[in-house]
Amino acid sequence: MKFLHLIWRNLMRKKLRTSLTLLSIVVAFILFGFLCAIRQALVGGVEVAGRDRLIVRDKVSIINLLPVTYKQKMERIPGVELATHQTWFGGHYQDTRNFFMQNPVEPEDFFKVHPEISLPKEQMKAWLETRTGAVVGRKSAEKYNWKIGDKVPILTPIWPHSDGDQTWTFDIVGIYDSTDKRTDTTPLFFRYDYFDETRPNWGKGQVGWYTVKIKDPSQAVKVAAAIDSEFENSPNETKTEPEGAFVQAWASQIGDITLIVEAILAAVFFTLLLVTGNAMAQAVRERTGELGVLKAIGFSNGQMLGMVLAESLLMAVLAGSLGLGLAWMMISRGDPTGGLLPMFVFPVTDLVIGFGIAALLGFASGIFPAVQAMRLRVADALRRM
Amino acid sequence: MFGVMSDSNFLVQIKGVDKMFHRGSEDISVLRDLNLNVRPGEFLALMGPSGSGKSTLLNLIGGLDQPTHGTVSIGGENVATMPSRQLAAWRARHVGFVFQLYNLLPTLTAERNVELPLLLTHLSRAERRKHVEAALGVVGLSHRTRHYTRTLSGGEQQRVGIARAIVTDPTLLLCDEPTGDLDRKAGDEILALLRALNGQGKTIIMVTHDPHASHSATRTIYLNKGQISDTMPE
Repeated sequence: MKFLHLIWRNLMRKKLRTSLTLLSIVVAFILFGFLCAIRQALVGGVEVAGRDRLIVRDKVSIINLLPVTYKQKMERIPGVELATHQTWFGGHYQDTRNFFMQNPVEPEDFFKVHPEISLPKEQMKAWLETRTGAVVGRKSAEKYNWKIGDKVPILTPIWPHSDGDQTWTFDIVGIYDSTDKRTDTTPLFFRYDYFDETRPNWGKGQVGWYTVKIKDPSQAVKVAAAIDSEFENSPNETKTEPEGAFVQAWASQIGDITLIVEAILAAVFFTLLLVTGNAMAQAVRERTGELGVLKAIGFSNGQMLGMVLAESLLMAVLAGSLGLGLAWMMISRGDPTGGLLPMFVFPVTDLVIGFGIAALLGFASGIFPAVQAMRLRVADALRRM
Repeated sequence: MFGVMSDSNFLVQIKGVDKMFHRGSEDISVLRDLNLNVRPGEFLALMGPSGSGKSTLLNLIGGLDQPTHGTVSIGGENVATMPSRQLAAWRARHVGFVFQLYNLLPTLTAERNVELPLLLTHLSRAERRKHVEAALGVVGLSHRTRHYTRTLSGGEQQRVGIARAIVTDPTLLLCDEPTGDLDRKAGDEILALLRALNGQGKTIIMVTHDPHASHSATRTIYLNKGQISDTMPE
C-alpha cells in the first residue's frame, strides 16, 4: 500500500495518454458486457432449460400444429409424468414495437411443468374462474404498468376471432415471478380453452408444441424415442428432444452465437492488449532514468517488477471495473430492442469473468515492460536521466 | 554504522580493481589496478579529466556496478560479489547518492521524493513523515515540502536530492558532481551543507571537476587514465 502513491503518480504522469488508454479499456468492457447480454438473451435459455423436460414438436416444422389429443397419449408412455402444451399467438400490445410472447396454456399443468415460475394460489384460483383471464410475468407487468384487474387488448395477425376481429382482450388475474434472474418473465399466458373456443375453425383442437415432464432425466433419450415412435406413420409425426437442445437449436438459427461473441471479444481484447502494452512499454521506456534512480536508492529488481506490473494492473482493473460497471448499469435498464431480447441481462458469472479478463489484460500488457525494468542496469539507466 | 569492519581504520577499501567496458569487439579499460582506502568521517574529493573513470569508481563504491577484477569492500563487506537483491538492500541501508542533475522524480513533491528510500523500511507513514521533515529541515527546505520539484530552483532541487540521500542516515554519502549544474552561489551553499554533514560524521566521497569544490574536502585524489595520482594531471 505504501507504494500506491508512487504507482498512481506514475500512472498519471501523462494524463492524456493514460486517459485515452483508460477510455479504450472502458469502451472494450462495455462492449464485452453488451455482447455477453446479447448472448445470454439468445442462448441463455439453454442454461435454465429443465433437464427433466422434453419438447415435442411437429417433425417437419414447428409451425405445423399437433393434435391436442396427443397429450393423453403421451402421458400413457412409460417415463412421462405430465405433458402440457403451448401455441404461438404472435400478438403485440398497442404497437408492433411492444412485442412479447403470449401463449395459450392449460393453467395448472403448465405451472406444474414449469416450477421455476410461481403464481400465488389465489391468483391461480381467479384464473381458473375467469375464462378470459391471463397471467403476465413481472417484467412485462412493470414495463406496461399492468395491474391485476386491468383489461389488456392484444392484437394478433395469426389468430383472429371467428368473427375476424384480431384484437383479444384479456383480464389480468395474476402476475407471476421467478427466483432465477435468467428466467424470462415477459410472456403473458392465457387459457387454452378460451383460445380454442374463440379462434377460427381451421386451428381448432390443435396446439403448437408440447412440453413433457419426465420422471427420470437419465431416461430422456429413451422416453423421447418412445414418444416419436408412438406417433410414427401418423399424419402428425413428432420430433422430441430435451428442452436445452431445443432452445439451442432455436438460437442456432441465427448462427453459433457463442462462437460469434467469443470471436468478436477475442479480436477486441487482442487489439486492446496491443494498445495497453504499447502504452505501458512507452511509459517505462521514457522513465528509464527514474527507474535507475529508484534502483540506486535501494529498490530491488523484484520491487521494480512489482511496481510496473502493479501500475499496469491498476490501470486495467480500474478501467475494466468502470467499463463493467457502466455496462451493468446500461444493461439493467432492460432490453434495448423493445421485446426481441427479453432475457437481456448481464450474468454475474460473465461479470466475474470480466474482472478476470481485466486482471489478465493488466498482467499481459505489463509483464514485458516490467521485466525490462527489472533487468535494467543501474549505471546504464542513470546515464539516460 | 556498519557492524563489521575488516580494518577498523578504513570504511572503504578498494584493492586491485580493474574495470573494463566492452564496446562491440573493443575492450575499453576504464580503471586499472586501482587501490584506495577511505577512513570513516573523511570528505574525499575525487578529481580528474572527463573519461578518467571518476564516476565509474563512484558507481563501484556504491554497488551500482561491479569491477572486472578486484575487491570493493565497504565496512568489511565485499560489495563486488554481493547478489543483486542483497546489494539493493545494502545500498538502501548504507549509501546515499547525490547526483549532478538531482535525479528527482518530477511527478512527486519534494517530501514524497525524500520519502522514497524510507518506503523500503518498515517505518509507519507517521514515522516516515517525521524523518522526511527532519531531513528537509537539515537542508533548509522545511517551507517547500509540498512543492513539486519542477517549481524549485536548481539549488533547491539539489537540496532535496541531499535530503533524500541522508533521510535514512547512511554512513556513506556518494556525490557525483553535486555542484556541476549550479551557479557559484548555489554551489557554495551545497558545499557548505556537505561540509556540515561531514562535520556530523558523514563519510563523503565527491566526484568533481571543480577545484573550488574540492577545497571543501578533507582530502583530494586525482584519477588519470584509470589510475590514482596525488597530483593533478597535466
